[in-house]
Amino acid sequence: MKSFLDHCCEECWHSAKSPCDQFIKCCTDGPLCHHNEECKKKYQRLGNQLRYSDHEIPIIFIGMGTCGLASGALKVEEAIKAELLKQNISAKIEATGCIGFCAKEVIVDIKLPGQTRISYCEITPKLVPKLIQKAIVEKGIFTEKVLGAHEENKFGVPLLKDDPFFKHQLKIVLEHCGIINPTSIDTYLAHGGFRAFDKILSMMTPIEVVKEISASGLRGRGGAGFPTGKKWELANKQKADHKYLICNADEGDPGAFMDRSVLESDPFRVVEGMMIGGYAIGATSGYIYCRAEYPLAIERLQNTIELCRKYGLLGENILNSNFTFDLKIKKGAGAFVCGEETALIGSIEGKRGMPRPRPPFPTDAGLFGKPTVINNVETFSNIAAIIKKGSHWFSAIGTEKSKGTKVFALSGKILHSGLVEVPMGTKLSEVVFEIAGGIPNNKKFKAVQIGGPSGGCLPERVMQTQVDYESLKEVGAMMGSGGFVVMDEDTCMVDVAKYFLTFIQSESCGKCVPCREGTKRMLEIIERIPKSYKSTKNKTDQLQRFKGIIHLKRLSSVIKDTSLCGLGQSAPNPVLSGLQYFREEYEEHLYDRKCTAGVCKDLLTYSIDNTLCEGCGVCLRKCGVEAIIGEKGHAHYILDEKCIRCGMCIEACRFDAIMVN
Amino acid sequence: MHTEIFNHYEAKDRSALIPLLQDIQGIYNYLPESALKDISEFVDIPLSRVYGVATFYNQFRLKPLGENVIKVCRGTACHVKSSANILFAIEHELNVKAGETTRDKKFTLEIVNCIGACSIAPVITINEDYYGRIAAKDIPKIIKNYSKKNIKQETGAVMEESVK
Repeated sequence: MKSFLDHCCEECWHSAKSPCDQFIKCCTDGPLCHHNEECKKKYQRLGNQLRYSDHEIPIIFIGMGTCGLASGALKVEEAIKAELLKQNISAKIEATGCIGFCAKEVIVDIKLPGQTRISYCEITPKLVPKLIQKAIVEKGIFTEKVLGAHEENKFGVPLLKDDPFFKHQLKIVLEHCGIINPTSIDTYLAHGGFRAFDKILSMMTPIEVVKEISASGLRGRGGAGFPTGKKWELANKQKADHKYLICNADEGDPGAFMDRSVLESDPFRVVEGMMIGGYAIGATSGYIYCRAEYPLAIERLQNTIELCRKYGLLGENILNSNFTFDLKIKKGAGAFVCGEETALIGSIEGKRGMPRPRPPFPTDAGLFGKPTVINNVETFSNIAAIIKKGSHWFSAIGTEKSKGTKVFALSGKILHSGLVEVPMGTKLSEVVFEIAGGIPNNKKFKAVQIGGPSGGCLPERVMQTQVDYESLKEVGAMMGSGGFVVMDEDTCMVDVAKYFLTFIQSESCGKCVPCREGTKRMLEIIERIPKSYKSTKNKTDQLQRFKGIIHLKRLSSVIKDTSLCGLGQSAPNPVLSGLQYFREEYEEHLYDRKCTAGVCKDLLTYSIDNTLCEGCGVCLRKCGVEAIIGEKGHAHYILDEKCIRCGMCIEACRFDAIMVN
Repeated sequence: MHTEIFNHYEAKDRSALIPLLQDIQGIYNYLPESALKDISEFVDIPLSRVYGVATFYNQFRLKPLGENVIKVCRGTACHVKSSANILFAIEHELNVKAGETTRDKKFTLEIVNCIGACSIAPVITINEDYYGRIAAKDIPKIIKNYSKKNIKQETGAVMEESVK
């Protein structure tokens, strides 16, 4: 047996065309329809091989998610292959997804037969010969780059789960990410995959599935936190010839990459969640709406769906249960607003992705006018675990109103960026300072931006807030999809507000006036704050700067109250949270005309320290606008009126003679 | 050339519009007017509507691309790590603004909202290659690699140096 689709003996007969209802149980528990010790051994052996516990040659795992690839995983793989060939070693190379510790990519795990799996980090092609020598030839540990071990071992390598980055995490959604091969359905089956699906097909009615999900307290992980069970119940009650299930993988939030990682590293889990969802609401077909910017995720999904069809887990009469369900992938075309469910539906239908008023809600009339349930990737990823382990297990994790875990994409000015999954109720400070390792370069922490363009920036004084839907809303941010961008003292909050408004403004679909015009006016007001009026003769411009601020709050509340969809309703959040927590910074920009972080270019002045300048002329040549004058050998001078504050001269100067105030 | 694509789709199926546009852009790298007209007939939607959809989504362009496409990520994580300076350096190097193509048709400079590689911010991609954790001063070197020859650069080649 090379795969679970192969038959153990003549008595086995499962195939996509003649499905066997015990197929999934068979994969882990051996043949169930007949008793044969030989066959049982065959199943066990295959299972052990797929669980990486039974192998004769070393296995080398390489993290090949987008972050790994971008850090040069392909080159590392090439180097490993070349080295193996050179040393005449036979080993199996297994491409996995992302284990979450993106800051330490490229991560390579090595598992020798009969030993534990050891992870090595920051591997470059140059390090490969040493790694192979130490870890495979000498059967030891390549101590310089060791990250941790997956199990107890004789070398005394600390366990991966004791690493500060992993210690506070609880992995449900990310359980298999970076551990297993995401392109093999057999591996997923051997790791207990599709057992939840099997359970509902054989033991539960759709309404029981809905009740189980309701009891678990799972809420939508896309941001708003609508109870998933409730949504499914509404769709389950509808009577229609067709119902649709959609997985929202249009992860448009800048600064969020959880869905990408999950789709790349464990796509089968998402698909299993969708199959359970389809069964629960009575859908016959489903769509996965994925961003076109994630080519690898789309490729993996396509592979997943094809394999599921081949194994008879998607299509007609799945596992002889009369349940018919199939999936299609729709590639998004790059519109942030399509993350909103009605806009997403419009986009699948081939229209401009514009939201429409609700009601009717998609559960009543969604895609092509039929009842439709839309859930986020992370939501679907939780489903299989809930069914398998029961709603009690899930609802025991988290806080009173928010159950389970939440995946965050940590990035920005932190030591350990990556993907983490923490139980609801974890304190923000724990995430920033313990898991993420705090701020590098001895800089001071300033804020953390949660929830992308709809969220807010939270300062140090609310860092004791716990991660759950209500608490985050209370302090002016929102769960959002899970972007978690940390900022240090070099980040200007006015600039951040401007950044988000620019984003929202360009992504506003233009359908409703408050969002279309309101965000534009807000952006104008914010843009005026860090603007210099040195060269303007018209004094009213300058006055507008103060006037705008007065209107900002009222404008925000109007946009919040009257916009059609979530994009507009949450658009003022970055500005409001900025005004709430970083008022002094706005005032400093307004009154003192200063930007302490040194980001707002108009408020900076560039000058040359004539005691340090050697007059080499490099900056003069580099300056794109001829703002630097001076003779060779003599100190140069910057003409303030001409300077566009691009910073090219700072980059060019070898004597650190250029000062910014 | 693009008429073959129509064989994969059902005529008059409105939901095929966006995949059709994506496939056609896959062939030409942009959406030529003639193709839009053909799509409009095939899907049986007025050309104005097709144009409306094509201009709504960021992915579609109505003008041809340069030989190399540089995408600068302007996601939050990249922004916090000064991707604005990177963008400026590239604009300065190529002498074009974001969204434009150089005169010699060698480079097109685009801004993307987020590539999802936030952990190695700031990131740019050139064609299929990722460059993470780059600094403005690396830009001239990276671009030179693409401008002088047609040999395909491999993933992360320059990156390794900048990571150190």
